[in-house]
Amino acid sequence: MSNALNAPPRRTTPRGFHIEPIFEMLCFAAATALLAALGGVLVSLVIGGWPALSKFGFGFITGVTWDPNPDHEVYGAAGPIIGTLITSAVALAMALPIAGGVAFFLVELCPPILRRPIGTAVELLAGIPSIVYGMWGLFVFAPLFAKNIEMPLMAAAPVGSVWETLFSGIPNGSGILAASIILAIMILPFMAATLRELLNTVPAQVRESAYGLGATTAEVVMSVTLPYVRRGAIGAVMLGLGRALGETMAVTFIIGNSHGFPKGLFDSGSTIASTIANEFNEASGLQSAALIALGLVLFVITFIVLALARLLLRNPAKV
Amino acid sequence: MAVSARRVATRRISNVIFVAFCCLFTVLALTALAAILYSLIVQGLGGMNLDVFTKDTPAAGTAGGLRNAIVGSILMASLGMVIALAVGIMAGTWLAEYAGESQFGNVVRFLNDVLLSAPSILVGLFVYYILVKPFGSFSGIAGGVALALLAAPVITRTTEDVLKLQPIAMRESGVALGSPVWHVIREILWRGSASGILTGALLAFARVSGETAPLLFTALGNQFMDWKHLGRAMTEPMASLPVVIFQDALTPYPDLNRLAWAGALLIAASVLAVTLIARAFAKESSRS
Repeated sequence: MSNALNAPPRRTTPRGFHIEPIFEMLCFAAATALLAALGGVLVSLVIGGWPALSKFGFGFITGVTWDPNPDHEVYGAAGPIIGTLITSAVALAMALPIAGGVAFFLVELCPPILRRPIGTAVELLAGIPSIVYGMWGLFVFAPLFAKNIEMPLMAAAPVGSVWETLFSGIPNGSGILAASIILAIMILPFMAATLRELLNTVPAQVRESAYGLGATTAEVVMSVTLPYVRRGAIGAVMLGLGRALGETMAVTFIIGNSHGFPKGLFDSGSTIASTIANEFNEASGLQSAALIALGLVLFVITFIVLALARLLLRNPAKV
Repeated sequence: MAVSARRVATRRISNVIFVAFCCLFTVLALTALAAILYSLIVQGLGGMNLDVFTKDTPAAGTAGGLRNAIVGSILMASLGMVIALAVGIMAGTWLAEYAGESQFGNVVRFLNDVLLSAPSILVGLFVYYILVKPFGSFSGIAGGVALALLAAPVITRTTEDVLKLQPIAMRESGVALGSPVWHVIREILWRGSASGILTGALLAFARVSGETAPLLFTALGNQFMDWKHLGRAMTEPMASLPVVIFQDALTPYPDLNRLAWAGALLIAASVLAVTLIARAFAKESSRS
């Protein structure tokens, strides 16, 4: 009797205890699979693009001639590469302040009745597929843009000035600037929704104390809430940039798809993604290798952007 | 005193400017987006009729609809989401619960972010190399796998983020009650973050259902569909709404353009509907 009472309580093994290592292994395998997928993308791009890279060497990146004519095949990708960089940079420069404005408006200024409908609308618009933006760009935006923006600007540009160079091109509504604007509209809801979500995570006390100290709305946003979510905000911007860099459909419709080096904002051009989308299914041999090598360049650009973002995020104090 | 009054004035003015720009930008953004929705609805409804759902994709000049493309999109998106949910939730759980700050964990985290923003067209090229070239044919399965590769990183990232929002005390109390860690994860953490994971899954679905570029090189497109054997149809080239829209919009034929608008409206409307339903569902689950 007393023995049973004095004996230490018997420890039972929790139910499902043995599944623990299996579960952890499964989770680990899933994470590794993602890693393998990215590695696979890189390896397949290197292998597939190698014939073109070894043939043209550095000239592949600096060359401006893209000529699939089988008699004298030459592939220089400077046009698409520059087109990608310019459209993304211009799109980001246009979308970022607007997305910030929308997010600040929704979090700090909006009358409560409008907050939910506008916020929901922005979030829903972030989900609209990019091809819809591309179609709108082609059928609706391009004609308006040609008539109301390109023509007057080209006419107004003083002869011989830098503006004339900038505004040169064919005023048919498609081109580098038109593609940038469509890209900006496309990444706008996504960035605004993410920023708003981030700003909403700032604890009420933090914001209230700033207001309580007499700070204005601008000061609260710029010195308190935005720095509070800085890490996430940079992440959101980088994601927007990533989408712009690799966006295919919104751009292919409206950039004009010519391979040369773009000479002005209204000139037609191409991006890496639009070139691949247009040509890959009809390409074979060296052209197909050149397109995959182009994909590798895009991969490297995206990778550098994201790596930089990570470095910035890791040392926020040094920014 | 004078200095401080001037300072107050400057602060007030800069605030007014700031507020004005915020309002202006919001109006600007909403106008642009409303313009897009307006033409989408007007043009889309103009091309919408019963044929869209009951007939297959036509050649130019003949009557037709989008039936095979709609079914193809649903099949490939479903396959993609099933794979992506399984991989993404497990991988996100590993990152949040098991990886900690380990070297490998950080590498996976970093590369998942890269994959998340990796251009979808590159994923299409990769799947072309592993599933199309070796088997000698474009296929619905390849399309589904390409979509899975795009959805999985989104789900992984969201799962990790929402799991990390769960307080440590939840894990500790679960373990203190004698539960194995995996049981705590399943019964407490996953349940607590269900609405967050759902949001991630929907973001992923929204991204995947409109993706065109990766399907161009994987599923290609198909005027016909083997309705009796949908399983076998997955091994053959398969039409999808976005690819059909892309091809039809770029043709000079007005009837195909109308069909493209109808398809675009269809995609946008279904993405919006799914998102709205899920939001209602997420709100419900967070209330109870």
